[in-house]
Amino acid sequence: MIDRADIVIIGGGIQGCSIGYNLAKKGQKNIVILEKETVASGASGRCGAGFRQQFGTEMNCILARESVKIFEQLSDELEYDIELNQRGYLILAYTEKEVEQFQKNVQLEHSLGIPARLITPCEAREIVPVLDTKDVLAATYCPTDGNVNPLLTTFAYAEAAQRMGVKLYQFTEVQKIETNKHNIEAVVTNKGRILTDTVINSAGGYAREIGELAGVEIPVYAQRHQIMVTEPIDPLWVPMLMSFSRNFYFQQLPHGSILGGYGDPENEIIGHNTGSSWQFAVTMAKKMTALIPVLTNVRIVRQWSGSYTMSPDSQPILGEHPQLKGFYMSVGFSGHGFMLAPITGIMLAEYILEGDTPLPIEKLHITRFERGELILEPSVV
Amino acid sequence: MDDNTIICRCEDVTWGEIREQLDKGYTTMDEIKRITRAGMGPCQGKTCQRILLHAIARYLNKKVEEIPLSTFRPPTKPIPLGILAGGQDD
Ligand SMILES: Cc1cc2nc3c(=O)[nH]c(=O)nc-3n(C[C@H](O)[C@H](O)[C@H](O)COP(=O)(O)OP(=O)(O)OC[C@H]3O[C@@H](n4cnc5c(N)ncnc54)[C@H](O)[C@@H]3O)c2cc1C
Repeated sequence: MIDRADIVIIGGGIQGCSIGYNLAKKGQKNIVILEKETVASGASGRCGAGFRQQFGTEMNCILARESVKIFEQLSDELEYDIELNQRGYLILAYTEKEVEQFQKNVQLEHSLGIPARLITPCEAREIVPVLDTKDVLAATYCPTDGNVNPLLTTFAYAEAAQRMGVKLYQFTEVQKIETNKHNIEAVVTNKGRILTDTVINSAGGYAREIGELAGVEIPVYAQRHQIMVTEPIDPLWVPMLMSFSRNFYFQQLPHGSILGGYGDPENEIIGHNTGSSWQFAVTMAKKMTALIPVLTNVRIVRQWSGSYTMSPDSQPILGEHPQLKGFYMSVGFSGHGFMLAPITGIMLAEYILEGDTPLPIEKLHITRFERGELILEPSVV
Repeated sequence: MDDNTIICRCEDVTWGEIREQLDKGYTTMDEIKRITRAGMGPCQGKTCQRILLHAIARYLNKKVEEIPLSTFRPPTKPIPLGILAGGQDD
């Protein structure tokens, strides 16, 4: 293993790989990515990799919109088919409050050039004829939302980064970060020590622990989220189906299988548990069959889980830590970190190498919690 | 075994596709499964897991026991959603 690097990236998930790639693309040399297992073994390889531009805050709409622009040409850019598809997101509203919120969201989205629209339950059924719209008051639909293959996308970034000289060490665990007052001196792993003054913490569910290794506090924690998939069946409907108040998301993938999950913050285990529960499969099956009754005979073949890295306002923390020079964070994505990775990787690379970025990175700075400037995003699961 | 030999029937994955990933440096069962989908179909690897394991071991010139198995994920048998949905809550 090399013993000196200009930038050490901790974590070979979508965040670490996107940042490494974008730094190298901007000409940065001597970058190392350290991954304690294999690339995409964390949340990135376990997620649905859905992307949507339908958010309730301007910042999230802009970041998502910019990410989608990148996704649309990413297979070409990275020379790897990431299985992009834009089958749209249909988000269902079940309460008056939600309808009001969705009206505001759509207005905001329009002002930012995002082609979402508010539709009636009847129109929703035109888009998804097999949908049971019982209790649905309205919906929003954005045809350019979609999903990618999360594993292939992460591998695509990792391989492209390596082609540009980034070194990737798998099965290499960061165990210590040596500092001298407010500067970083070295990163110690189970495979050796690397001298460096710049570290990027993109360790996903382990981001808090990596902060502790460097002696700084990062207010995030890992929370289990479960997901399951059915056997492939003939094409039945097209877009992702989602609801915040009824708490679910599921979609039929181009491959034919149906993938979905829901968030259960009250009952989910905090920590790095990645087991699966029977309760989850039962509840999810109820949600799916209530919405699409013809799914009754479709068989679930696999369930698994991964960690959401939750921050106090469920929004990412991006930027340098105020107490440690050269310690950058790209953490706390709270369940929507895959879709943002193409753009946050660019933002952080620009911020590190050029000192600034045209995108609103300051809003995501860790000091927002002290300043009391939390980001209030109404539209997250 | 040649490049056209089908290793995973459910997902129609050939040895050629798997060998290509091994050549690229993806050598764990989990990585191969994640890229090629081998073992991700309805049978969940019951048929192909052993074949794949032996093929990887042979390619790497290692003993079968030295190849880490891929993560087991429930359920063991595919269950219809309707049966699950009608089931008890715990
Ligand atoms: C069930 C589920 C569904 C989801 N669905 C979506 C979705 O549809 N759309 C979306 O945008 N997001 C979704 N997410 C969220 C998304 O998966 C994450 O936000 C994103 O993958 C985070 O990427 P990451 O690179 O920060 O973390 P990870 O992918 O977890 O990567 C962190 C890496 O750091 C490594 N690491 C940790 N500690 C160390 C150490 N000490 N030394 C070296 N390496 C270390 C880990 O092994 C890991 O590989 C979902 C998440 C889950 C769990």
